[in-house]
Amino acid sequence: MPINETLSQYSDWSYTTAAAIYVLALVFFLIEQSFGAKGRAAAERAKQKVLVGAGGPAVTETPGVITTPPQTGRAERIGRMGAALLVLGALLHLTAIVLRGLATHRAPWGNMYEYGMATMFVAVVTWLVVIKKFPVRHLSGFMLLPVVILMFVNGTMLYTIAAPVQPALQSYWLVIHVSAAILSSGAFLVPGVASVLYLFKTANDKNPAKFPKFGPKLPDADVLDRIAYRTTIICFPIFTFGVLCGAVWAEAAWGRFWGWDPKETVAFIAWVIYAAYLHSRATAGWRGTRAAVINVIGFSATVFNLFFVNLVTAGLHSYAGVG
Amino acid sequence: MTTTEERPAYSAPKLAFLRNAWRGLTSMRTALVLLFLLALAALPGALLPQRTLNAPKTEAYITAHGWWGALLDRAQFFEVYGSVWFSAIYLLLMISLVGCLTPRSFEYVKSMRAKPVLTPRNLARMPHYTRFVTERTPDEVFADSRKRLGRWRIAQHDDSLSAEKGYLRETGNLVFHFGMLGLIVFFALGKMFGYDGQVIVQANGKDQFCNSGIYAYDAFNAGLRVDGTQLNPFCVRVNDFTAKYTDIGQPIQYSANVEYQTADDLSTWKPYRLEVNSPLRTGGERLYLLGYGYSPTFTVTYPDGTSRTQTIQWRPVNEQTKLSEGATKFDPPGITDPAVRRTKQLAITGLLAPTAFLHGNVLTSARPELDKPAVAIDVLRGDIGTDNGKGQSIFEVDQSLINDGRLKKVARKNLEVGQDVVLDDGTKIRFDGARPWVSLQVSHDPTQGYVLVCAIAMLLGLGASLLVKRRRVWVRATPGGEGEAGTVVEVAGLARTDQAGYGEEFTRITRELGKGT
Ligand code: HEM
Repeated sequence: MPINETLSQYSDWSYTTAAAIYVLALVFFLIEQSFGAKGRAAAERAKQKVLVGAGGPAVTETPGVITTPPQTGRAERIGRMGAALLVLGALLHLTAIVLRGLATHRAPWGNMYEYGMATMFVAVVTWLVVIKKFPVRHLSGFMLLPVVILMFVNGTMLYTIAAPVQPALQSYWLVIHVSAAILSSGAFLVPGVASVLYLFKTANDKNPAKFPKFGPKLPDADVLDRIAYRTTIICFPIFTFGVLCGAVWAEAAWGRFWGWDPKETVAFIAWVIYAAYLHSRATAGWRGTRAAVINVIGFSATVFNLFFVNLVTAGLHSYAGVG
Repeated sequence: MTTTEERPAYSAPKLAFLRNAWRGLTSMRTALVLLFLLALAALPGALLPQRTLNAPKTEAYITAHGWWGALLDRAQFFEVYGSVWFSAIYLLLMISLVGCLTPRSFEYVKSMRAKPVLTPRNLARMPHYTRFVTERTPDEVFADSRKRLGRWRIAQHDDSLSAEKGYLRETGNLVFHFGMLGLIVFFALGKMFGYDGQVIVQANGKDQFCNSGIYAYDAFNAGLRVDGTQLNPFCVRVNDFTAKYTDIGQPIQYSANVEYQTADDLSTWKPYRLEVNSPLRTGGERLYLLGYGYSPTFTVTYPDGTSRTQTIQWRPVNEQTKLSEGATKFDPPGITDPAVRRTKQLAITGLLAPTAFLHGNVLTSARPELDKPAVAIDVLRGDIGTDNGKGQSIFEVDQSLINDGRLKKVARKNLEVGQDVVLDDGTKIRFDGARPWVSLQVSHDPTQGYVLVCAIAMLLGLGASLLVKRRRVWVRATPGGEGEAGTVVEVAGLARTDQAGYGEEFTRITRELGKGT
């Protein structure tokens, strides 16, 4: 079936708009992050004043002090607008993916551009779920920064025009295997970022002279650790499932289920690193910082697998079609 | 759970050393380090060319890197996954796994029979805790709790009750680790007893490939325990091959109609449509369509009127356009003296374009389909080296023979279908057209089904072990003290692993308990 050029064009526009909205949301979140904490500190001070004054007679006359903590309101509002923008961006992002699929009449993840597009979408959606469950919205900037960078690289250097895929990819395993890979690697961005922030936070906890400005604005190390762990334990089985399906597919397409192709090798390495992360959380002396470092390494392996292995090495997976 | 501590103190130092080594090897920290080592050791395989995947590239890499390349080669960096050091880590990990799974299995059996732990004295210290007063008697509260905690494992104590749930976590964990152990073992066995081989077959419905021995293949990778004498016999012939492309020449479908015979029924040829994602599965072997190319047909008519026709596969030099190169070699007929024959042998080398496109005189191919085949050939005469016993590639002539002057170029010409070139001695060479060939792979892996079963067990076990929470609830019901009528009920909860998410379940349980029936 021929490619529908119009739909593909609309998909490209949606993608670009989504990326632009993410940039805008990023700015909002950075404002919230920088002023929000200041505002909170100010609110803290205001509260203390009230408490100090609580013994005095003035309190009853000025109850208004408590209800209007200065600035918190504005940063909070900006943050909420950022979140709304993020949702809007995600919707456009989804539109771009769906249109691409309609334009090509196949699952919209047949080359690296499409893969990157879908992965970043999963990353954003995972983060939206996280900020619904944990009070960490003001950290969205740190999450969005890699997303925006990757979307830019993906949309410029890796862009590929819509086309059918080659014979080896014409299989329903493309849908199963690749969507598992997309789900897990997109969502792994969240524990990756949370673990990096965790390392900053614990460094600051141990020695307040380190990152004195940044550290106090971060949530408790415990919260960051929990976000990293809970996302990882969901991603890891999906990732395992993806690798397993890849092996089943490789058995049908390439004549063996495992052949140490570069992509397979790095997936194995990333898998082992995440397994090590889960073990380290159950090993005395490895919890905390070391586990976080392992998690960050695991995410680096995921990114390495996406970019380096596709673009630099020549393996069976290299039909990513970078145009 | 350490039985080793009760060992008599007089055990010899050697034994103590062994025991410590064993304990060290089977500890989780060691497994962690071994895991890391395995990942690290696998890395060069992704970064350096590997002989098993791409031998020519590997040799080129080694030559290009001088002593450094040679050193890496000596250290087996170009066969990482078969290297001594990779195997050593693999083996240590396996031992470590067996070592840690054995005691854990015993522990598991014991814990599956164990009663939930006693109720702690001070329940208020638990991460989840509530307290309320009810009209009901303690016995009624316990009866109600039992009903509410239907699927939990429950132990009744004097004034309290303890319950535990989520044993599936441990089960899953054990299933996962055993699955992994099985996978490692079966994978290794498959490598020992499996093989694969590649062969090119003309898609003409006549030529047969039979799985009768290693010699039938162009390339063969045998497992350690395979000597090629006991392959399952079966034969295939390829009737046709079709490829579909988009307008810009991107392939979208390859398929070949084949017929095959298996050992249990040698009288019938069964048809099968072989495609890229659907291999032919006979009893123990799988047959894959790997790729294709073209074989040009040349007819040589000698001055005495005899003629010879050959259709030999040439290999693609450009996968997009299928521009191919090769060498078709002819022995002159009717000459018995080998010395004379070695002055009159012919080799036709050069390029074949399925859809010819000429840049001046330079032949290229515009598209991969056989629309307008043409060749650009050099005709060489002399000794083509087939008599000297040295193996040579069917795609090339031996360059040293040209350098020695034993093989000389006698003509160069571009030919379309039906055109010919006449040599100085009157020999005529005609290009008759081209036909496709397919490259097939036969694979045999007796354990891959078991590997799959183990992998699925791992996946299920992993899901259970990560997503099921092991959690406890205690209910203490005591008659109210001074000032409090009725029964004081305290409920406490603890998730033994990650606390997150348990709160909601706990709240629900306590709400139900508080309401009573
Ligand atoms: C000496 C060998 C090993 C021991 C003693 C061991 C022990 C354990 C234990 C106690 C857990 C449960 C951790 C928890 O409850 O959070 C666990 C989980 C796990 N293990 Fe192992 N393990 C070993 C080897 C391996 C190896 C070689 C791998 C993978 C390459 C592996 C992968 C996993 C995974 C993915 C989990 C699930 C994580 C979890 O339950 O939190 N293990 N292992």
